[in-house]
Amino acid sequence: MLNMARKRVRAYFCQMTLPVSVQNFLDETGSIAKFVGRFFSLGLKPRYENKELLNQCYIIGYTSFPLVGLTSFIMGFVLTMQLRPSLIDYGVQSQLPVMVGLAIVREIGPVITALIFAGKVGSSIGAELGSMKVTEQIDAMEVSGIKPFKYLAATRVLAATLMLPILTILGDAISLFGAYLGVNIRSVTSFELFFQQVFSSLTYSDVLPAVIKTLFFGFAVGIVGCYKGFNSSKGTQGVGVSANSAVVLSSVLIFVIDLLAVQITEILGLN
Amino acid sequence: MKTKVAASETDPKKAQPKQIIVIKNLCKSFGDNVILNDFNLSIEKGKNVVVLGKSGSGKSVLIKCIIGLLKPDSGSIEVFGQNVPALEEEALDELRTKIGFLFQGNALYDSMTIRENLEFPVRRHWLDISQEELDKMVIEALDNVDLEKTIDMMPSELSGGMLKRVALARTMILKPEVILFDEPTTGLDPVTSREIENLILALQKKYKTSSIIISHDMTCVKNVSDEVVLLLDGKCYTQGTYEELVSSTDENIKQFFQ
Repeated sequence: MLNMARKRVRAYFCQMTLPVSVQNFLDETGSIAKFVGRFFSLGLKPRYENKELLNQCYIIGYTSFPLVGLTSFIMGFVLTMQLRPSLIDYGVQSQLPVMVGLAIVREIGPVITALIFAGKVGSSIGAELGSMKVTEQIDAMEVSGIKPFKYLAATRVLAATLMLPILTILGDAISLFGAYLGVNIRSVTSFELFFQQVFSSLTYSDVLPAVIKTLFFGFAVGIVGCYKGFNSSKGTQGVGVSANSAVVLSSVLIFVIDLLAVQITEILGLN
Repeated sequence: MKTKVAASETDPKKAQPKQIIVIKNLCKSFGDNVILNDFNLSIEKGKNVVVLGKSGSGKSVLIKCIIGLLKPDSGSIEVFGQNVPALEEEALDELRTKIGFLFQGNALYDSMTIRENLEFPVRRHWLDISQEELDKMVIEALDNVDLEKTIDMMPSELSGGMLKRVALARTMILKPEVILFDEPTTGLDPVTSREIENLILALQKKYKTSSIIISHDMTCVKNVSDEVVLLLDGKCYTQGTYEELVSSTDENIKQFFQ
């Protein structure tokens, strides 16, 4: 009897078909997981493409710095201007450097920098590799006996993973400088006092988890950009779709990773 | 104990021609679309074989299966005695250094100069090569196609015919023993097409290569082929010299030569 019931349940689930959107989502998730697996199994094995890795660090990291710097500065400045009236209402205006410092270092700095990074780097990787795919340049590498995954994808993913934490630290510093200028627009605070207040409120448990999560943000941006580029469909429209979906998916992943990071730091008692 | 020696090994007159590519019962489908269906072909060393067929008949799929870019559903593809679909990644990469592939769209790396395009595969395979030797190889490859002056230019600065010649130089730089040409004259004017054909023949004579050429250009087929294979309904419909096929009364063959 029990076996009969089991067979019926199994038959029922076998006949059941998932909606197309769910099937596509599961397909895509599986393919990305496979791509990540390929990165760890193939991308990290010798022979290392050190020259190309350095080149990508320059393109991904150095050339992103002006954009990250500008947006970070404006973010720090605006955040201070927005917070100030509320703190005055509660009579805790003196806590402005502490609040801005914590908000920037723990959350806003890493997430905003990662989103800017996803927009600039994710789209650029998706479009570049997508156009290489449709013009058969990736196939040309493969038929020459060169592993395109290692040369093109592994170097870009590693460069994005290594560069985003550095950009975030620099962005945080510029953002705090913007906040200092924001404070001094309406009142007068010395540079030393402002930064003394900021750093006195910060601990390693504020800084380290924030930097560590940017490693994962960078990895997500790199892997999604490369995955979308390598799987670009034929034609110019396919390249556009690759670039666009690389930005959208990596931005969503940044928030998902952020959510997980908050839970993990809370479980570890780092909050 | 006496060892048996094959007759072909002792008697040069009866020696079997050395077959470098042997394709047996090759099948490849994309979903329900059957592209290659029990395809058989063998290619002798030093021969130029042109594959003819309608658009979408699976000619490009065939050469992509030979180089290992596509995995066949069933059948075997032996290149230099090695079954390509069964090869491990490392062995396949090693084999690919003996096979050149000229893409229809050239597939030059557009972020690199012509020099870097040509140096790229050499640097990755011959790790201990000096810059001096590398420069010599690049210059020789470009000299073969008469484009030495373009060495420091970007691909975007070259015309269609020049790009094809540079792509040919890049294909030849590793001195492959077999070259697969995917429509080498498509999109070129008749004069440039003849130049490319002459280059193919000259380079083949110089480096003693064998080749499979996919083409719709009947002048190209006539000029470069030692043998012509007609791919029809996923099968090797016929195989013979250009003259044999041109004089055929079979309607399926005649339609290509009219």
